[in-house]
Amino acid sequence: MVSGTGRRVFGGLVHALVLMAFSVLLAFPFYWMLITIFKRTNDLYNLQNNPFKFNEKPTLEHLQLLFHDTLYLRWVANTAFVGAIVVLITLVLAVPAAYALARLTGRWGERLGIAIFLTYLVPPTLLFIPLSRLVAILGLQDSLWSLIVVYPSFTVPFSIWLLMGFFKSIPRELEDAAMVDGLTRFGAFVKLVVPISVSGILTVVIFSFTLVTQEFVYALTFISSEAHQMVGVGVPIFLVRGDVYYWGSLMAACLITSLPIALLYNLFLDRFIAGFTVGAVK
Amino acid sequence: MAIVETRKLTKVFKQGQPGAVNHVDLETREGEFLVFLGPSGSGKTTLLRMIAGLETPTSGEILIGGNVVNHLPPRERRIAMVFQSYALYPHLTVYQNIVFPLKAQKVKKELHKQKVEWASALLGIGRLLDRKPRELSGGERQRVALARAIVREPSVFLLDEPLSNLDAKLRASAREELEQFQKRVGTTTIYVTHDQVEAMAMGDRVVVLNQGTVRQIGTPQEVYDQPADTFVATFLGSPPMNLLETDDLIVGFRPERFLPSGLVAGSGSTDEIASRMKTEHLLLADVGKRVPLRFRVEYIEYLGAERILYGALEGGRFPGKAVASRIPSGVTERYEANSVHDFIVPESELKFFDRASEKRVAPKAIPWQ
Ligand SMILES: Nc1ncnc2c1ncn2[C@@H]1O[C@H](COP(=O)(O)OP(=O)(O)O)[C@@H](O)[C@H]1O
Ligand SMILES: [Mg+2]
Repeated sequence: MVSGTGRRVFGGLVHALVLMAFSVLLAFPFYWMLITIFKRTNDLYNLQNNPFKFNEKPTLEHLQLLFHDTLYLRWVANTAFVGAIVVLITLVLAVPAAYALARLTGRWGERLGIAIFLTYLVPPTLLFIPLSRLVAILGLQDSLWSLIVVYPSFTVPFSIWLLMGFFKSIPRELEDAAMVDGLTRFGAFVKLVVPISVSGILTVVIFSFTLVTQEFVYALTFISSEAHQMVGVGVPIFLVRGDVYYWGSLMAACLITSLPIALLYNLFLDRFIAGFTVGAVK
Repeated sequence: MAIVETRKLTKVFKQGQPGAVNHVDLETREGEFLVFLGPSGSGKTTLLRMIAGLETPTSGEILIGGNVVNHLPPRERRIAMVFQSYALYPHLTVYQNIVFPLKAQKVKKELHKQKVEWASALLGIGRLLDRKPRELSGGERQRVALARAIVREPSVFLLDEPLSNLDAKLRASAREELEQFQKRVGTTTIYVTHDQVEAMAMGDRVVVLNQGTVRQIGTPQEVYDQPADTFVATFLGSPPMNLLETDDLIVGFRPERFLPSGLVAGSGSTDEIASRMKTEHLLLADVGKRVPLRFRVEYIEYLGAERILYGALEGGRFPGKAVASRIPSGVTERYEANSVHDFIVPESELKFFDRASEKRVAPKAIPWQ
């Protein structure tokens, strides 16, 4: 027999242990990146050393390499620029389209919605050859605009599909009420539907932005010059020379790029989950 | 204040299918409480939504305050509507919900606070203004929805089953309150319900709808006592009117008018009758000519204030016809399942309907044996 308090203490212990295990698991990559950034190259490559701590004095040389000898900051700026515009395009196209499909076209809306979602399932590796022809015809080779044109082709369908779920979960009577209360249909959409769906819209923003930062195939094939690289391609291309890996600088680039995204996710985690589980709970 | 009128108003959702609303002609009176009553699917909501401008009529006209409003969007019809689900804006507080129509209709900002306070005081929700709708009970939500409706002082109220989400007890008190409230503000109100008790209790007049057509418009008393057809006769009243079919006629009488013969004046000495009753609620006046019927009781529902006897007629012209009788609790007579009793119906209480059209016709003499 275990007493009530005993069981509670035991339960708390298990809870704490599980949390600790996950925290270590999730924090470890960050720790590894952080320590690698400041390790001397000799320290990194010496197999006799304990890899979890500094065996020689820390150094800033890897950071110097990253910031002075590559266009890392430029790449980050490129990525942020493309990300912002793609997010904008996605919202401008997907929000009204999803609303129209959810509300105004009845049964065909649903079928069209499914068809749109199916296009999202076509793998990018299949599309990049025809799309590169398209980019060439548009004269956008080696320009960030090539990515800005191509990325919405997969952010928009997914976002439409996600937002349709949101808009459908908003009772029609709410809009009716707003229209009786004095708004136009468009006014009801802007003042009512959009604020209520803010979780879904945030999810679309985060999803589209993340996709832009991590996409590889198009960023690699459409862009050639160093100054126009996206961070996800520029870093591996210019910090892996032949078989030489600049581990310290690579890790620095990874850490600096991933931290803001990790923070963003954390900040909006609840809303993000709500975005993907819409309709699951009332 | 305004009068609402519909002329041959029709709504067909899918071509080729019967309309949800068919050729409805009706006219409210100034400040009236008009109830649309009908079973679910009878077109009440569709009719109301067309008046509100949320649904486009297939044909026909809608007039508010004497002007045709068919082409006007809802926001220009000077109406307020309370929806069955209340349709409170979930992301806004109660205050923001109530002020919403004022903002949307660009009422001067200085007036907002004062008007919201007036409306919320009227409905006793002043202390809820900072809450979100999900933090309110059903009754509170209903009040907020009403406050949002009255705050801009509309010329017509449209209410779609606003009490159906409340539990039975709350519903009775909300009904009373709503009725008082309407009398106080005096705004023309159209109220949709499928609940005959609500309709009878609240309505100045009742519009009985079935399958998108108006069956009867009249005061609660008129639709109950003078039903225009067998649908109205059976839809109102519980249990419904007993109907007996014969040749080209249908004869009907209410269960509360179908009583044991010993309990009706003229069938025994007054003392005798009085001794069999505990209260004087039962009709003791002389009812004139009576129709005697033998009634086999099959089962009995005890409802406290009354008993309902279900059974069938024996012998006579309608052997085996299922009928019901409603007996007030003052009557102490015992009834057992499968016992046969002498009952009567006062002849003046009989209603006659044409069997083909089901419309009510003038009383006729029929042979009962
Ligand atoms: N948007 C719609 N599309 C198609 N049919 C509808 C629509 N709304 C209502 N109906 C149909 O119209 C009829 C009347 O519905 P409704 O007005 O909601 O009835 P009530 O409010 O009396 O229950 C029903 O048969 C219903 O199925
Ligand atoms: Mg309805």
